[in-house]
Amino acid sequence: MTDTTATGVKTEPGIKAIRLRHPWRNTFAVVLLLLVALFIADAAMRPAYDWPAVGKYLFDQRISQAAFVTLQLTVYSMVIAIILGVTLAIMRLSPNTVVSSIAWVYLWIFRGTPVYVQLAFWGLIGTIYQTIDIGLPFTDPWVSFPTRVALSAFILAIVGLALNEAAYMAEIVRAGLLSVDSGQEEAATALGMSWFQTMVRVIVPQSMRVIIPPAGNEVISMLKTTSLVTAIPFTLELYTRSRDIAAVTFETVPMLIVASIWYLFFTSILMVGQYFLEKRFARGIGDRRPDKKADDATASLTGTMTGVTPVIGSGQPTVVLPPTDPHKGDR
Amino acid sequence: MLDTPMVVADRVSKSFGSNEVLKSISLEVKRGEVMCLVGPSGSGKSTFLRCINHLEVVSSGRLSVDGELIGYREANHKLYEMRPKEAARQRRDIGMVFQRFNLFPHMTALQNVMEAPIRVKGLSKVGVEANARALLARVGLAERADYYPAHLSGGQQQRVAIARALAMEPKLMLFDEPTSALDPELVGEVLDVMQGLARDGMTMIVVTHEMGFAREVADSLVFMDGGVVVESGVPTEVLANPQHHRTQAFLSKVL
Repeated sequence: MTDTTATGVKTEPGIKAIRLRHPWRNTFAVVLLLLVALFIADAAMRPAYDWPAVGKYLFDQRISQAAFVTLQLTVYSMVIAIILGVTLAIMRLSPNTVVSSIAWVYLWIFRGTPVYVQLAFWGLIGTIYQTIDIGLPFTDPWVSFPTRVALSAFILAIVGLALNEAAYMAEIVRAGLLSVDSGQEEAATALGMSWFQTMVRVIVPQSMRVIIPPAGNEVISMLKTTSLVTAIPFTLELYTRSRDIAAVTFETVPMLIVASIWYLFFTSILMVGQYFLEKRFARGIGDRRPDKKADDATASLTGTMTGVTPVIGSGQPTVVLPPTDPHKGDR
Repeated sequence: MLDTPMVVADRVSKSFGSNEVLKSISLEVKRGEVMCLVGPSGSGKSTFLRCINHLEVVSSGRLSVDGELIGYREANHKLYEMRPKEAARQRRDIGMVFQRFNLFPHMTALQNVMEAPIRVKGLSKVGVEANARALLARVGLAERADYYPAHLSGGQQQRVAIARALAMEPKLMLFDEPTSALDPELVGEVLDVMQGLARDGMTMIVVTHEMGFAREVADSLVFMDGGVVVESGVPTEVLANPQHHRTQAFLSKVL
């Protein structure tokens, strides 16, 4: 019996696996590629795009200066928005009902109205409050100066963008803080750490993993939203500047392409930055490696070799780690 | 001074809303004593443990560690709740080990152990690191110093957690079901470390379901149920010859 079974197994021809073919996938891909090629060829020829003009204005000094202003608007307003957002998030988590309610009302107003409308309001601040007074209420002010002088359009643009963005950042930060296990706060408290130390050293670093992906989206979104500060009106940023040039030269389409290329350039850089930040704050989570030092040592010892298994420890229950990939660095 | 007990609980009660979790608990833990708190879940043993380092605020009664009232200041025959800063200072001297380890996942084992001495005590990094490595060696994890918690087994994580608590040089160690979240084969390594601590004279209060540990290591055993101390005494006697029917019922289930 066993003999026949054994020979039966031996002589049996192996099953030849033929994978399911998907002819339509390939056909569809070819059609799509053809359409894309057609579009590109057409766009290259089409006079309305006026590629020579795009090349001429892409590195025009007025444009690169405006691009720099756009970047400044993004960075300054984002920094303020993050600080204010963290404050609002902590306020919303406060046991003091008045404090948490104020934060809620702030969010309700600034998330519930369009940023364009808010920016228009900031543009009119000089009309609504004609002077800025410093002093005690119901007495003569110590210092008083006209709002229009104190607050330039540039500052108003930053304030307008930042206050709007803070409302969104607050919700992102709050979600991040709540994502950290409550045992972490307990452990830190039990060690005698203060509330502030617990936040800075334990809670915030862990919440960053949850905060950074949506916050990265917000930065990219902010870069593009800067084009709305024309509502103030502030005219020195990328979009308004390129539109102004187009109004004189009648090269509207090429100028839009120039602006788009700059926006794409900046957002691409931001996406790369976000990638590395996410890696940085994923420390200890997700990666299956002992630590960076051990990894560096392995990498330097083995050169470009991958798939080395560092077995660390002696006398301890052995943990055999999966092969490490030196390119998967966490910072 | 050496004769005064390390922990004195005098009619300690604790309520969450209308739910009275601890009902007038009175007990003493001497210096160097290992006390095991046992009882069914919901009996209030973990809550009592958390009151000792003021993670929970007692509703009434007095709880003192090393002669110092916990969480309150007494003046004019009244008890005033402490400010967070004062409570934090008291917690420095009381180590706590949690059921779910609660290691900081973004720090290596070594960084976990070094964090509090540097941040809370403000000690210099060099001395702290040497001490932290010695502590990790003491719990058998010298080789794992640079591992993140995610790369350690449950038993190893809990031993790092013990080293982290010891780094503050506490005079009292609280263990809140330290082996309940562990796979059975990892329980022994944690209990071994705790037994070593007990041998070195550490005062310990251990909430546990490990009756073997209670029998061999503990100096006293307290059985709690429904927020009251039902029975207490020398572990071997309580375990072998429980007097109260509730103790008998509980032990018949776990032994």
